[in-house]
Amino acid sequence: MNIVVLIKQVPDTTDVKIDPRTGTLIREGVPSIINPDDKHALEEGLRIREKFGGTVTVLSMGPPQAEDALMEARAMGADTTVLVSDRAFAGSDTLATSYALARSVLTTGEWDIVLGGRQAIDGDTAQIGPQTAELLGVPQVTYCIEIEIAEDGRSVTAKRALEDGYEVIETKLPALFTVIKDINEPRYPSIRGIVNVCRDCDVQTWNAKDIGASKKMIGLDGSPTQVARTFAPEPKGEGLILEGPPEQTTKELVKHLREKNVVRVR
Amino acid sequence: MDFAPSKEQEMVRNAVRAFAEDVIGPSVAERDETEVYPSELVEQMADLDLFGLTTPLEYGGAGSDTVSYAIAIEELSRVDASVGVSLAVHNSVATYPILYHGDEEQKHKWLPQLSSGERIGAFCLSEAQAGSDAAGVETTGVKDGDEWIINGSKLWATNGGCAGMYIVIAVTDKSLKKGKGLSAFIVEREREGVSLGMKEKKLGIRSSDTYEIVYDEVRVPEENFLGAPGKGLAISLGTLDGGRIGIGAQAVGIAQAALEESVAYANEREQFGRPIGTLQPIQWKLADMATDVAASRLLVYQAANLKDKGVPFTKEAAIAKLFSSEAAIRVVHNGLQIHGGFGYTKDYPIERLYRDARVTTIYEGTSEVQRLVIARQIGL
Repeated sequence: MNIVVLIKQVPDTTDVKIDPRTGTLIREGVPSIINPDDKHALEEGLRIREKFGGTVTVLSMGPPQAEDALMEARAMGADTTVLVSDRAFAGSDTLATSYALARSVLTTGEWDIVLGGRQAIDGDTAQIGPQTAELLGVPQVTYCIEIEIAEDGRSVTAKRALEDGYEVIETKLPALFTVIKDINEPRYPSIRGIVNVCRDCDVQTWNAKDIGASKKMIGLDGSPTQVARTFAPEPKGEGLILEGPPEQTTKELVKHLREKNVVRVR
Repeated sequence: MDFAPSKEQEMVRNAVRAFAEDVIGPSVAERDETEVYPSELVEQMADLDLFGLTTPLEYGGAGSDTVSYAIAIEELSRVDASVGVSLAVHNSVATYPILYHGDEEQKHKWLPQLSSGERIGAFCLSEAQAGSDAAGVETTGVKDGDEWIINGSKLWATNGGCAGMYIVIAVTDKSLKKGKGLSAFIVEREREGVSLGMKEKKLGIRSSDTYEIVYDEVRVPEENFLGAPGKGLAISLGTLDGGRIGIGAQAVGIAQAALEESVAYANEREQFGRPIGTLQPIQWKLADMATDVAASRLLVYQAANLKDKGVPFTKEAAIAKLFSSEAAIRVVHNGLQIHGGFGYTKDYPIERLYRDARVTTIYEGTSEVQRLVIARQIGL
């Protein structure tokens, strides 16, 4: 089973701040991490390999510092990691990025299954997985919380989460799956894994030419969407906490709700 | 001079911090209360290679460096000082004697078992009459044919209850001057005559299980004799140099946690209509705490770095251990003071940190012993 996992390095937005003037993320001093959903995809890939054998190849498109995310993936147990990086990719929107990733998946050679996270916590588009599947011309199952591969390794039964339940989908391989965090608990990189990857580091880098990308399909030229403006939403007003005995706070609560016209009490 | 961590050291910190916060952290207060060693976490800790941090790859370890080891112990202790000391002792004073003084056969037999967590290690030197006076050991090892018979009682063995293997220092030649006739043995937990004595009920690090270990007519084969005869004291003292880096790192972790808790509390607690963190007396305390933590950390990493370079580090390890343990006590003292009445209750972690820090100036050589070591090292 040749498994390809797509990961993205993102700023750890749990403690990120937004510059009120420019409306963009303040990245300085914010640690970079593997996008959480992608880490679950990697864990799923490692588990599939443990069951069926084969290799886990991790691909990430990004600037040179995204190599850190790939090193962590190696320390967790990935066999091969490739950084897809080229100045020609600068300005790529999700379509151009999906194109570059699809080309990269094809460049890995034989592959059976592509895994990725549902969406990245910085862009939040959830478009890369579906677009990459379309460009590869394979079936896609998104929002997976369970991926069961048949004994013969040819078909998959996947459970995808919906807002009000779940859907069970059966498909043949090759196929692409995006996962959400409920699917598994990602392992921690082992110290031995860290030592190995740091002392014998072989993160490969592929540029646009290596993946046979057409110039028209990448970077700004390959990006039909353009960001016109970014802005931070108005911060919500401070909440109000009522303290005191219930009889008193209930009265106050009703008073506030009436003032705001949330309820009408006759 | 470059104080930046290597990529490896940085990755070790991230991995151990995440593991400690996610897996060890949620149950730390409960363990402090129940005084139970977290056996249920051993397998997961072993998956991370926490039992063989610096043990070379060929012996089943992770093959990391001593600075990474110090970082790992620091991060573990920041969340749970009991787990921190348990792994510090296992990785240093229980593993080093075999790694540095064992023959190839002993290394291949024991180190993989230790690195995988299959056997947790403990180090048995201290006795009722042999604490700071390490040479005062009365436990005996007497040769009988191809075997040695060990008799005696060892105190304060960290990991005593959960250990599967003990490094035991015993007198093997009574005819020699005090301290000259000591040797080291590897003793398995399951040997007949090995039994657990009293479990210590401690002020802090309550879930690290500290026991008296009794050796009653324990027979071990010659292959369990470790190092050269009469070198027991040298093995112990050399091993303790490395062990002190671990305790220094533990102190840094406790102090770091106390600092973080106190900054958070100072920003949140309001008096006189504003957060107490805006008041200068509180700010000064926190600034002093941050200074103590930073200085301790550098001293510990420096000693670890010297060990990695293979140059003498006895003095630096003693300085690092002395300073960081005493600094940790200052830091938790100030941290609790900032917390006021709340800090004196079990509602805030500072209460546990205050108790956990106390032992760091006592074990692996008291502050007084560290000063003695330093004095000798500077030509007195």
